[in-house]
Amino acid sequence: MKLDSKIPNVPIQEAWRTHIDSINLVGPKNRPKYDIIVVGSGLAGASAAASLGAMGYNVKLFCFQDSPRRAHSIAAQGGINASKNYRNDGDSTWRLFYDTQKGGDFRGREANVYRLAETSTQIIDQCVAQGVPFAREYGGNLANRSFGGVLVERTFYARGQTGQQLLLGAYQALEEQVALGKVKQYPRTEMHDIVKIDGRCRGIVVRDLLTGEIKTHSADAVVLATGGYSNVYHRSTNAVNCNVTAAWRAHKQGSLFANPCFVQIHPTCIPVHGDDQSKLTLMSESLRNDGRIWVPRKKGDDRRPRDIPEEERYYYLEERYPSFGNLVPRDVASRAAKKVCDDGYGLGETGFGVYLDFRDAIATHGKEAIEAKYGNLFDMYKDITADDPYETPFKIYPAPHYTMGGLWVDYNLMTNVPGLYAIGEVNFSDHGANRLGASSLMQCLADGYFILPQTIGDYLRDIYQQKIDENHPEFEKHAEAVDAKIDSLMNIKGSRTPLSFQKELGNIMWQHCGMSRNAEDLKKALELIPALRKEFWSELKVAGTKDSFNQSLERAGRVADFLEFAELMCKDALERDESCGCHLREEHIHEDGEAKRDDVKFSHVAAWEWIGENVAHQLHTEKLDHQALKPTTRSYK
Amino acid sequence: MNFTLSIWRQASPEAKGKMVEYKMSNVSEETSLLDMLDMLNEKLTLKDEEPVAFDSDCREGICGSCSLVVDGRAHGPGKLTTSCQVFMRSFTDGQTIHLEPFRSAALPVVKDLVVNRSAFDRVIQSGGYISAHSGPKPEPNSMPIGHDELEESMDAAACIGCGACVAACPNGSAMLFTAAKIGHLGLLPQGQPERASRAKAMVQQMDEEGFGACTNYAECQDACPKGVSIKFIGRMNKDFAKAMLCDELDPRGSMDSN
Repeated sequence: MKLDSKIPNVPIQEAWRTHIDSINLVGPKNRPKYDIIVVGSGLAGASAAASLGAMGYNVKLFCFQDSPRRAHSIAAQGGINASKNYRNDGDSTWRLFYDTQKGGDFRGREANVYRLAETSTQIIDQCVAQGVPFAREYGGNLANRSFGGVLVERTFYARGQTGQQLLLGAYQALEEQVALGKVKQYPRTEMHDIVKIDGRCRGIVVRDLLTGEIKTHSADAVVLATGGYSNVYHRSTNAVNCNVTAAWRAHKQGSLFANPCFVQIHPTCIPVHGDDQSKLTLMSESLRNDGRIWVPRKKGDDRRPRDIPEEERYYYLEERYPSFGNLVPRDVASRAAKKVCDDGYGLGETGFGVYLDFRDAIATHGKEAIEAKYGNLFDMYKDITADDPYETPFKIYPAPHYTMGGLWVDYNLMTNVPGLYAIGEVNFSDHGANRLGASSLMQCLADGYFILPQTIGDYLRDIYQQKIDENHPEFEKHAEAVDAKIDSLMNIKGSRTPLSFQKELGNIMWQHCGMSRNAEDLKKALELIPALRKEFWSELKVAGTKDSFNQSLERAGRVADFLEFAELMCKDALERDESCGCHLREEHIHEDGEAKRDDVKFSHVAAWEWIGENVAHQLHTEKLDHQALKPTTRSYK
Repeated sequence: MNFTLSIWRQASPEAKGKMVEYKMSNVSEETSLLDMLDMLNEKLTLKDEEPVAFDSDCREGICGSCSLVVDGRAHGPGKLTTSCQVFMRSFTDGQTIHLEPFRSAALPVVKDLVVNRSAFDRVIQSGGYISAHSGPKPEPNSMPIGHDELEESMDAAACIGCGACVAACPNGSAMLFTAAKIGHLGLLPQGQPERASRAKAMVQQMDEEGFGACTNYAECQDACPKGVSIKFIGRMNKDFAKAMLCDELDPRGSMDSN
């Protein structure tokens, strides 16, 4: 299979304009003749559905939550990047492109990344016009702060609730289109399959979560905006219901899955306290602007942190990376935390924690200034841990947070299945092997507000004469298959709950395919996962009935997909025999412990094709083109 | 810690519900209330009993999914918190904890502790937005917004749409929810063109959904996990009154009286 990214053969600075000027568009009179399905209502899905509706298309929006406003984009705290150069500190489109490519360890697609940087400033303009209350300075201008991996201040924020405010902006635009009748929303509805007819994606099969009814919806194009798969680890910073199901089922219908092993482990999360915990809470990266990360120099030092004098504190990031200090990229910060903890310097009973300390920032700027900047994060931490971070340092440890891998898409954001698009976290395209902070909100909104609405016309024009509705026999066939799969989950009637399998899988993944990986562990995981999957299909016990509101059944379906997906993730991690960005293979490190890339063998996107049940995936590669920026060894020292 | 949980069980919107007791033992004080419900559901599943349905997603207090009345208080003990951020250390060992759904005629029970909040979506649809279709927009700094005005707008925008205000209100009023959106958008210069029509439409939709009126109990403000102030209700009433009292003038009409 040849992977055609459809990027025009011009310098990256001209690629997007050249592309848009050369593709087909659908005129305003014809747009109401097309039906588009959007699955997922986070930043990417909501912004795409609102934009497409406003353009005149008929849109159906699906989400499993009770309202589109609850999608997990809402939990993003710190901010959104844009190269406005408001701080006059040398920022530019090129600089944002450079930082993103370097941050992603040169495993992103140059033209996509450049387009993202180019679009970033428009996003801020759009959001402000919608009423997103980004923080302002006293003079009334927009405020900025700094995030990891960069030397400029380009992050826009709304307290610690940036994701919430951006999502509400997109949600409100969406609800306006609902009121105008251009978008119909289907909350509490989960996608179970895509329907392909003559090789094109022509609709989806869904389950109404309230009644259990299986329904089909036809369309001229389907857009997946269903987020990432961090919950393959069970405990992550994702919402408890986030899952890989929509992406995985599209994958099983032919959509390639790219770079599944690229998972971002976020350095600043509240450490695990017990086995029954369902999720991990992130503390925004913005805290690293003013907080200093350290561990005691003496192993097992159980003095209160305040009583440990300066010279006995090991500020390991500041010492190892003098130019970026506490603001190194996430993968570097996470690995450094893992290293000090593995070396025995970790905090508390578990030994899996490091301090993030505001003592010096409070002394310099005053408690009030810190409260204004981070107040809600401090409160949140206090609520969860009963410790007051104004008095004693935060305790943090890395946790799975974001997945750079996802469905393979071309420059139009279409997967290799014609008519099936993937936007936001569910696609693979823009962050390479590691995403910089405050860039996921940027990518979701670039995709949803500006890129997809302009590129989708190119495909739609092409299928103008081929109307299909739900009466086509393929729809019934797919609906029956979905129903049969649900029956098979219900009928196992074994002795283990879906959650117990998710926990066990999560442990396998965290131990064997977590922050650092090696061939031996990955091979072990590739034995453990199929065995666990086998047990799942003989020992699962789902409560309740299939024709009712049944959260046990919802979870069972998601865990079934995670059990298949996890194997591909480990396979990809094994195949990528180099270290790059988040993906650290212990076999490939420099003497100082930093990742050692292999650009000769692995400067490509690994896109996996599903062949069939119990048949090995086939690997396809898309060579990465480094015309504008030659890969160098990433250094943050 | 050990607890007796008394939980509202209702099989479907039409079914009659009742409180049912369950015992939980050896719960760590660091466990969250919802994680404990997960533990209970694991036990119930293994005993072939129907697990307790409840809404939750982010479990960090921002998505607004969780919606429990704990011992008679929306979102339970503690100020400025959601149900998912309640930890067992806030209870006394051995106590009975009562868990019910948010109750209001306009937010009907779907199952057990799950309610239908689609009325909130319809209130937003009626006017809770600034019309600004995607595309190039003016440079934001060409329209400075004072720091304090912006922060006040953000105070209102912080609403997570959970419905605790409705559950806490003796009248089942959604005034705080509606006022928060009207306040957020109405305090910004971008929100001015649609300010009057927004207030009018949203208040009317809120009434149509069957929410009650406000009689200044201020229970909503007390239950609000994001501390949205009832001063925004005053603001909303002012905007609404202005919108209703002023004739809808055709600005291009003639000055002649007829």
